[in-house]
Amino acid sequence: MDLAEFDHHADIPGTTIFDGRQAMKGYALNKMCYSFNRKENREEYLRDPEAYFEKFGLNEEQKQACRDKNVLALIEAGGNIYYLAKFAGIYQLSVQDVGAQQTGMTTEEFKQKLLDAGR
Amino acid sequence: MARILGGITTSHIPAVGNAIANKLFDDPYWKPFFDAYPPIHDWLARVKPDVVINIYNDHGLGFFLDKMPTFAIGAAHEYRNEDEGWGIPQLPPFPGDAAFSWHIIEGMVADEFDITSCQELAVDHGFTVPMQLFWPKLGQDPNFPRAIPISANTVQHPIPTLHRALEFGRSLRKAILSWPRDIRVVVLGTGGLSHQLDGQRAGFINTAFDKYCMEKIVSAPDELTRISRMELVEKAGAQGTEFLMWLMMRGALGEKVNLLTQNYHVPISNTGAGTMLLECAD
Repeated sequence: MDLAEFDHHADIPGTTIFDGRQAMKGYALNKMCYSFNRKENREEYLRDPEAYFEKFGLNEEQKQACRDKNVLALIEAGGNIYYLAKFAGIYQLSVQDVGAQQTGMTTEEFKQKLLDAGR
Repeated sequence: MARILGGITTSHIPAVGNAIANKLFDDPYWKPFFDAYPPIHDWLARVKPDVVINIYNDHGLGFFLDKMPTFAIGAAHEYRNEDEGWGIPQLPPFPGDAAFSWHIIEGMVADEFDITSCQELAVDHGFTVPMQLFWPKLGQDPNFPRAIPISANTVQHPIPTLHRALEFGRSLRKAILSWPRDIRVVVLGTGGLSHQLDGQRAGFINTAFDKYCMEKIVSAPDELTRISRMELVEKAGAQGTEFLMWLMMRGALGEKVNLLTQNYHVPISNTGAGTMLLECAD
């Protein structure tokens, strides 16, 4: 494998390639999100989100992105979408809600964009 | 000797699991998707596979980023579905075939594919949704096959190349065909087609590329291996890399296949949904 390709990961507009760099950056955040597979952990988080952030050692950027439920900021902070989906699930955000937030649309507009892709 | 009857592809979107739970088969949004499956049910009822090899990608249930196997094969007596974070109803355990799993693992490692073997593996929607789609009665169906899950990493780059995925399938084929018992096997390639959940490009779907992939996978799968991984991300979307599972499946079917039925529908959730039934002709 050529290392050049690694450095060209960021060249697809609007797309963050989740590679080793992002994996290192986002480990604590993703580990917290992975813990949300268990109901008792989701409940513990909801009782005291700040304490839960501390338990997993999130940095301030990650904590603020979680407080804001800002998906683009969560990705920037190293979040992986498959794990972030579990965070979004806690707040009953669908993948269309998440898509709408990232693209600056309403959920209805985002759903229409998907329907239009099939025409 | 074991025989491979064919391969089936399907998308494995979590929303499909919810639609099944809510019986939305005739709902106008879902009908064009679910209509693809009855011909496959008919074929499965006719050929009655003993074992299904379900090639999917774990989405953060069976594996975390602490240890991320590139290729993992289940070697358990049964596989359980667990809570993935949003509390969807869990399904009964899926019976496995551990002895056959170990035979495949032995064969593939001898063939220089270095496998992570899993004596316990929680299976997520990537595995369960296709099982529900193809065997709607699951364990209540007298012909419900034993299952062997195979998961490839598409969560974290570097992911396998398209060439490696196809070669994986070819090695899997050799391992299956060398099993001395007379069993019938089908191979599933699940996931895809084009979709992207993350970033400003969320909602990206590429119908032309999906159709190209569905055409080439039948008669010229090697042509698809010219696509680089970054090109796959660009053309299929960040999560469209799940197409690797389709190539793994295709490699296991031998050189010649007959396309028995196919369907393509956009959108299901955020995804271009492709379904294909390929019967082995070698």
